[in-house]
Amino acid sequence: MELIDVIVLVVKILIVLHIFLIGAAYVVLLERKVSAWIQDRVGPNRVGWRGSLQSFADVLKLVLKEDIVPGHANKFFHFLAPVISIAIAISVWAVIPFCSPFTVFGVEIQPTIAPNLNIGILLLLALSSLGVYGITLAGWASNNKYSLLGGLRSSAQMISYELSMGLSLIGMMLVMGSVNITTIVAQQGGYWFGWLPKWNIFVQPVGFLIFLVAAFAETNRAPFDLAEAEPELVGGFHTEYTGLKFGLFFLAEYGNVILMSALMTTLFFGGYHLPWVEDLPFFKDHTGLLALAQFGALFVKALFWIFFFVWVRWSIPRFRYDQLMNLGWRVMFPLALLNTVITAIVLAAMKSS
Amino acid sequence: MNIELVLFLVLGLLAVVSALMVVSRKSPIAATMFLVMHFMALGGLYLLLHAQFMAVVQVLVYAGAIMVLVVFVIMLLNLGDEQSLSEKVTKRETSGIALSMLLGGALIFAVTRAVRPHTSDAAAAALNNGTIEAVGKALFTTYVFPFEMISLVLLAAAVGAVVLTKRHLV
Repeated sequence: MELIDVIVLVVKILIVLHIFLIGAAYVVLLERKVSAWIQDRVGPNRVGWRGSLQSFADVLKLVLKEDIVPGHANKFFHFLAPVISIAIAISVWAVIPFCSPFTVFGVEIQPTIAPNLNIGILLLLALSSLGVYGITLAGWASNNKYSLLGGLRSSAQMISYELSMGLSLIGMMLVMGSVNITTIVAQQGGYWFGWLPKWNIFVQPVGFLIFLVAAFAETNRAPFDLAEAEPELVGGFHTEYTGLKFGLFFLAEYGNVILMSALMTTLFFGGYHLPWVEDLPFFKDHTGLLALAQFGALFVKALFWIFFFVWVRWSIPRFRYDQLMNLGWRVMFPLALLNTVITAIVLAAMKSS
Repeated sequence: MNIELVLFLVLGLLAVVSALMVVSRKSPIAATMFLVMHFMALGGLYLLLHAQFMAVVQVLVYAGAIMVLVVFVIMLLNLGDEQSLSEKVTKRETSGIALSMLLGGALIFAVTRAVRPHTSDAAAAALNNGTIEAVGKALFTTYVFPFEMISLVLLAAAVGAVVLTKRHLV
């Protein structure tokens, strides 16, 4: 590994970390503003211009609060749980491509921390399947019945929906013929009939729908937020957490929302591709500008899905637990299987004809 | 010292230490978490051997699914007083130690006897054996019969477990 590669890698990691941290802070603000708009309130408007610095005030408050560990809790696992949550939420970003490769000062840059990984989607599923430990351990280590119930609910929910999530992607992988995320995004750059972008949503609408619902369940967001249902469980798995540790759970939740939005964009909505515009002759000579425009496209598409997450949370009431399990195992799982089988049959028929 | 050797030593040490911690911890949750760590270290070792598919499936299936179920069961059982478990298993412990020593001896015997591919051709061929394409092709052509049989065995085990837990089937 050359020195320049190491420098490029470190810069990429720093950029992704800052996108994650600042992004999560501003998604919190977005959630508060959108919820205020939905409920016909004003929302935070005191700190900065129209409340634009509210997130920093929130973070400062979380950092300055006293860190209380309950006397009967398992101290080590109580500390470990938020660390696991945040580590998983950050590490999955390594496989997401932000724009097409470009050249700066004669160095070709692949805008992914781990580009061309030929186990891309599997690694992503593997990492996100570890996220459940953070919540489960938090529930157990707090030694509090509400926390334990929250942790148990969430682990059962996450393993149930992980299956549908993995299966919903198999149809897409079959169509693309690859599990390499860089390839999947690159293949979505073309057009059908010369004008319709080759986005996976047009060939795998059912797969996308299942992925969307599973994404809500995996992030423990409403209407699947039974792990922290406040009327029943006080605060669920993070009842016994204060200060920065609570902040880390908070950060991981919003980080996961951004991550899932970026993933939906990357896997089903053409990723960083900016249809029609990116084929202009102007961008042929200016790859740096093209990269910026593509990053903007990814950002805007992801922002829509982030807004969707918030919108759903403040519009749809929470499921009951048996409804959640019925939906997961009796609707989503068979539907995902059916989607996989039908995709495989159609692909085989197209190949033989 | 090249980076692969360093990584191998670190991951190998991690795997051995975490495996020892699994059997020596009294708290079941701590043992489980060390087992998760052990699986992660094994996944890293598979990656060093260029078996990417094995590595990621190791993490996805063992660390991500099976161990979550184990944690789930431990929490549901609510073992409570963790000390009381470890008292009356001396007979099982001694036979366990004897069996694992036997297994360890067999493994050492097999590994020292193994013929290592010295030619660069064999090493280059081995590089591509671990990709998803290679594993998938092998599973669905050469080994398709054992592969399908294993799925039948797993199905039988799953049905058996349901039958055993539900005494009164309607």
